[in-house]
Amino acid sequence: MFRTALRNVLAHKARLLMTVLAVMLGVAFVSGTLVFTNTLSDAYQKSFAKGFDQVDVAVRPKYQDSEGDRVGKDAELTQALLDRAAKVPGAASATGVVTGFTAVAGKDGELVGGDWQSAGGNYWGTEDPRYPLVSGHAPRGKGQVLIDSATAERAGFKVGDTVRLSVDGPVLTPTVSGIFTTDDGNVAAGGSLTLFDTPTAQSLFGKKGTYDEIDVRAAAGTSQEALKAALDKALPGKLVETTTGERLADDQAAAIADSLSGLKKSLLVFAGIALFVGTFIIANTFTMLVAQRTRELALLRAVGASRRQVTRSVLVEAFAVGTVAGVAGLVAGIGIGAGLRSLLGSLGESVPDGPLVIGSGTVVAALAVGILVTVLAAWLPARRAAKIPPVAAMSSLHAKATTKSLVLRNTLGSLFAAAGIAVVLMATNMDSDSAQGPMGIGAVLLIIGVFVLTPLLSRPLIALASPVLRAFGVSGKLARQNSVRNPRRTAATASALMIGLTLITGMTVMAGSLQSSIDRMASSAIRADYVVSMANQGPLSPDVAKKLATADGVTASSPLRNGESRVDGGTQWLTGVDGAAIGKLTDLKMTDGSFSVGGTRIVVDEDRAEKHGWKPGSQLTAHFEDGATRRLTVAGVYEGNDMFNGIILDNKVLTPHLTDPADMRVMVKMADGASDAAKKGLVKTLDTNPAVKIQDKQDISHEIGNVFTQVLNMVYGLLGMAVIVAVLGVVNTLAMSVFERAQEIGMLRAIGLDRGAVKRMVRLESLVISLFGGVLGLGLGVFFGWAAGELLATEIPTYELQLPWGRMAVFLLLAGVIGVLAALWPARRAARLNMLTAIKAE
Amino acid sequence: MTTTPTAGRTTAVAARAMELSKIYGQGETRVVALDRVSVDFRAAEFTAIMGPSGSGKSTLMHCVAGLDTFSSGSVRIGDTELGSLKDKQLTKLRRDKIGFIFQAFNLLPTLTALENITLPMDIAGRKPDKAWLDQVIQMVGLSGRLGHRPSQLSGGQQQRVAVARALASKPEIIFGDEPTGNLDSRSGAEVLGFLRNSVRELGQTVVMVTHDPVAAAYADRVIFLADGRIVDEMYGPTAESVLDTMKQFDAKGRTS
Repeated sequence: MFRTALRNVLAHKARLLMTVLAVMLGVAFVSGTLVFTNTLSDAYQKSFAKGFDQVDVAVRPKYQDSEGDRVGKDAELTQALLDRAAKVPGAASATGVVTGFTAVAGKDGELVGGDWQSAGGNYWGTEDPRYPLVSGHAPRGKGQVLIDSATAERAGFKVGDTVRLSVDGPVLTPTVSGIFTTDDGNVAAGGSLTLFDTPTAQSLFGKKGTYDEIDVRAAAGTSQEALKAALDKALPGKLVETTTGERLADDQAAAIADSLSGLKKSLLVFAGIALFVGTFIIANTFTMLVAQRTRELALLRAVGASRRQVTRSVLVEAFAVGTVAGVAGLVAGIGIGAGLRSLLGSLGESVPDGPLVIGSGTVVAALAVGILVTVLAAWLPARRAAKIPPVAAMSSLHAKATTKSLVLRNTLGSLFAAAGIAVVLMATNMDSDSAQGPMGIGAVLLIIGVFVLTPLLSRPLIALASPVLRAFGVSGKLARQNSVRNPRRTAATASALMIGLTLITGMTVMAGSLQSSIDRMASSAIRADYVVSMANQGPLSPDVAKKLATADGVTASSPLRNGESRVDGGTQWLTGVDGAAIGKLTDLKMTDGSFSVGGTRIVVDEDRAEKHGWKPGSQLTAHFEDGATRRLTVAGVYEGNDMFNGIILDNKVLTPHLTDPADMRVMVKMADGASDAAKKGLVKTLDTNPAVKIQDKQDISHEIGNVFTQVLNMVYGLLGMAVIVAVLGVVNTLAMSVFERAQEIGMLRAIGLDRGAVKRMVRLESLVISLFGGVLGLGLGVFFGWAAGELLATEIPTYELQLPWGRMAVFLLLAGVIGVLAALWPARRAARLNMLTAIKAE
Repeated sequence: MTTTPTAGRTTAVAARAMELSKIYGQGETRVVALDRVSVDFRAAEFTAIMGPSGSGKSTLMHCVAGLDTFSSGSVRIGDTELGSLKDKQLTKLRRDKIGFIFQAFNLLPTLTALENITLPMDIAGRKPDKAWLDQVIQMVGLSGRLGHRPSQLSGGQQQRVAVARALASKPEIIFGDEPTGNLDSRSGAEVLGFLRNSVRELGQTVVMVTHDPVAAAYADRVIFLADGRIVDEMYGPTAESVLDTMKQFDAKGRTS
């Protein structure tokens, strides 16, 4: 029997190729993901071990929790602490570290590093072992900086050049005193690193006299552990925590592995979807193979093979196919892994070098997935094969599915679908956290239900297409009838496509609605013409707001200043604004009271008002950073959004209590509205600083849109895999149908259907099946998108379902294109069929 | 040309093969299926082609009916020379001028009996001649079963649908390839009766390949093929006379 099974694999090479391809794609995705993530985390691990070479023990400040009326903040690492650390027995030296954001403008005026990757720091003393100098000397005072060699080379900076920098808004123009090399990951990834002398760095980054971290080096003969113990003894444990360099490297690597595992999980989910779709195709293929071999299998039974032997022979065949697919998938996966890494590298992400890691786990997973999926998918067809009675060897007709089993199937499917819809609807009425589980379960139930029901749905849905098909004459009529001829097969084929399109449509509906709602929320609340912020969304110096307030053409402006306070023993975030101007700059929707900020009058957002029972007229006591308290009166309650939430109060009240005032944004209203000239004027006011973004409403919408577009494109790419697998399924089904109907096609050719019409017939059948799957997918996708949106709507008040009609039309068109493409080869085969052999075949 | 029996007949020729040869393979594997066969099929005549297996009888029919290509010689259906036609024109010719009845019924299982009957006209995009269609359906006795699908019909009924399909488009000539091969003798007799009636009463031309002397006895004329050549012919055949002729070939085949 074993030999029979293997011979069958070889005899149906071409037919099994599609199956192998379908499994292979899924396996390649799985093993590619594993290879990629393993390789990346291995490389990161190595690079971090190197990055902490200069650190034996790091001393970091402990966060002093807010307590009672006191606002929480980091403990200060003062010069005194550093001096004490340096004198600990076993310490060779102690370095104070200060870091922050520093944008560098190239000679073209644009940022050299990216928005996020422009870092700044301090150069310790006259010779800092962390940053070996290539040329020049250590920076001294405000007028000198060091630039990393990669940035210097890219932007063409030399020692003695003047560079334009910005830390928090105002432009600085120091000279380059030297150039250094570094293995900093940020720089390797294309970012820039600018170093100031320590006092300058402290004052620029708002940390006068303090450090972010103290790195202590051990003297020869002292271990990291011993040094850590000595430091723990010498320094106040309430204010600082100490960590060895080795531990830091390990922690960092673990954090990377952790964040990669998230990526790994989501990639594996998509791989799983592709494999899931693949199982339909495998099951379909084996069902068709078994049906075609009915006589042969019956003959085996007639000459004495047992049922179990027949089942086993089919499963052995599946095993062989699965093994081939697993091995091929593994090889392809290694390629995908390598490809992903270089793709990421070319996108400007930080990708450390390292060898490709192909773990034994990857190999086992690839083979196991390939074989398991194939054998499981072939299980039902194999059982069906065993049920073929020996007498079937004598009759010529293929065993036909009885309507009775469809009745059972329809009942089951209806139950599943109804349960799925019920659970999803129920979930939409729950609160969003607890609803996620039921929503997922409901979605799976509904998809299974619809899948089980597809044979039933195929007739009425495909009948809808018949007016169009009628235009194609006999070809169209025959195509329609052929497509509903074997409802199970049509269903399995269409389902594969349906799943991919359901997910793609659902994601698109949700993302589109979410994007427009966030967009509406952000832009509807803004009355200002421009919003000014740092490129990295970091804090702006109050100087920027001051400059803008007096700029030409500005009629009103207000900074959005950050603050923290304690109210009734809890932390409250504060936004300080110019009370006189803010009314002209925002248009917040008030749910209660009026928008009035000035003196002790404040407005609070709805969520907080509800939580604390604040109403217009309520009084509250705020404890500020510096320990001072003020009594404030609630004037109104507004609907919060991304840009505005928490307590909004007048800067005249807030600023005196801040040690280091910093603004998140500055809103500006122009006399003549937004225009190119107005924007140019503002840019000039801020010294043409590339680190500062000046955006009008449209720019903000654009920015929000871009984030969604990127995520959606990625999801499309990943789901594309499932769609490709589905295409293979359509090809497979059509090829099989053409093969089975050879005699009919031969007869049609004989009585006068020409080659073109035969081709058209096959193509139209393919089109009908694909569109059927596409319509089901769109329908389900819209439903899921709506349901998920219902959950989001509880969190985002402006959420509103938006159906992306254009995109949906594109998806349907895509399904049609898939249908036509999938039919290319089967249609050709059908048209080339030899009439005579086809007619005689029996 | 010596075997072309034209003497004494004046009716028009519906199909004609001249010096028709069909050769498969080359060199060692060369097989001559038809060896310079010349034959006329006259209009309104029922011709049976007989011969042992491998004699070339089916090949002759396929070549004359435009289903297969031939190596040399010429074939005409009415005024049309087949040798020069491309696949598309050949398909059109089959559709408009030829009717087919196959051994294995060859109906489309998705279509009803009526839809199967009108299929050639549907393909051509023509409306069937209603009166003629009714007459044909009446003749083959399918009036009550037009809405049935092939799977709901018996073998004999299915073949009657095939006969009606061949007749419905009023082709110049109908070819049958062992049309009674899969039928019991009663159903076979019915189908052959319809074919003979269509010739006698409607003036249809029918050419049928068969190996059954009883079936051949329904024809006006029988042509005998052996080894790719026409070796004999007979008018007004009876089952006995045909059987006798066949036996002669068998005897000859055994002695040679």
